[in-house]
Amino acid sequence: MDTTVANTGTEGKTWGGGNRPLNASYGKMMMWFFIVSDALTFSGFLAAYGFSRFKFIDYWPIADEVFTHVPFFHGNYPMIYVAFMTFILIMSSVTMVLAVDAGHHMNKKKVTLYMFLTIIGGLIFVGSQAWEWATFIKGDYGAIQTKGGNILQFVDTDGKRVALADFVTAEKKYRAEHERKNGLWFVQESTLPTYTVGEVIKGLESRPDVLVRTQLLNEEGEKTVLTRAESLRQIKENGKRVVEGANLEVNEYGTSLFADFFFFITGFHGFHVFSGVVINIIIFFNVILGTYERRGSYEMVEKVGLYWHFVDLVWVFVFTFFYLV
Amino acid sequence: MAHAHKLEIFRGLWKFKSNTQKIWGVLAFLTFVTAIEVVLGIYKPDSLMHTWMTPFEGGFLATLGNIFLSPFIYMKPLNLIFIVLTIVKAYYITWDFMHMRDEKSSLRRMVVWTGVFLICYLIFILLQEGGYIESVYSSGYVKRDF
Repeated sequence: MDTTVANTGTEGKTWGGGNRPLNASYGKMMMWFFIVSDALTFSGFLAAYGFSRFKFIDYWPIADEVFTHVPFFHGNYPMIYVAFMTFILIMSSVTMVLAVDAGHHMNKKKVTLYMFLTIIGGLIFVGSQAWEWATFIKGDYGAIQTKGGNILQFVDTDGKRVALADFVTAEKKYRAEHERKNGLWFVQESTLPTYTVGEVIKGLESRPDVLVRTQLLNEEGEKTVLTRAESLRQIKENGKRVVEGANLEVNEYGTSLFADFFFFITGFHGFHVFSGVVINIIIFFNVILGTYERRGSYEMVEKVGLYWHFVDLVWVFVFTFFYLV
Repeated sequence: MAHAHKLEIFRGLWKFKSNTQKIWGVLAFLTFVTAIEVVLGIYKPDSLMHTWMTPFEGGFLATLGNIFLSPFIYMKPLNLIFIVLTIVKAYYITWDFMHMRDEKSSLRRMVVWTGVFLICYLIFILLQEGGYIESVYSSGYVKRDF
């Protein structure tokens, strides 16, 4: 699209960005270059996620069972909150494009308003993502990791998930957490789990209705539930560590790579949203100060708009490949 | 000022009076598509959970057929629907929000073809290799037994 840009002193200088190949201004073209390369980066990450998932195709966690929370509501609502986040981001894309449109009409008031709404949308999204991370890290049911690194979860006879807290009683612990202040100052360990494997075995023995569920997906795409005898045997022979929540090394949802990619890809995207918000704020103040009014063109809004839409575009793909497929 | 916007989507099926109206129209469409995805994702209809075709057996032509029809042979229809809908959404975000529709076709091709070509290559290589490693795992760590 043709937009009047302020004179940059490069007119007619072919190698200074003065000419306009493809009828796009220098700045917009560079933004497109950046977007293409960033798109390749993100597709590299998502393709790597696909690689790991294909590698463990029969063991991968089911996203619907992992992301089931909505803030301020109890219960099981898979997908709802992520769908809300997606909608927020698309909505902020709309206010952004409205700001661009208002810029074409040199309407400073409207640009200001729409930029403001875009920033608010971005902040809601980043906040939601932080909440989603916190929920993911905290976990909700707890699981046992085996010697081989697999995750064993617990279900009742109806196949519903059972939390460790529902059937395991914590006994007095004699093992204190090693912190820098009470031990070697250059060594520290992560928080100790609430329960030990021994306590989980005791709890499992006392509750005949609790069964173990493995990572293996069956024909129907559901996780395999073991028989009672097999459940006890697995936990007793292979149970090594109690896992609550998720970190980069281990997580209660299944394959550790799942959490690694979740943190990395949504984190990288969240970082993009965050920097987008920062850039939007800068442009927002420039709009208020009348910088673009004086320059006679709101093309800067358009350029930051391209970036913002791109962030939205990436999220559409992350949403599909992390939460849906 | 020359801000020519193309004000129709769906190849002229849906025309708008102004650019602002077009933006809201695209939002309505994107929301609709997302809603379909979410509903399908929650209910996961049984009919879409199993592939509709089985791989062809036989010689060279069977292999060729498997390659050409791979989305239907190796992918659950539900996942195929998700991916197609995602690409549809990506198209409207790029074309209408990022104004690709109004750019010169040469700029459009420069951006889209480069990206699409390299991304297809990346996906092919990585998924192919992931599947290979999975097959090594699932066949007792033996891929070729001479």
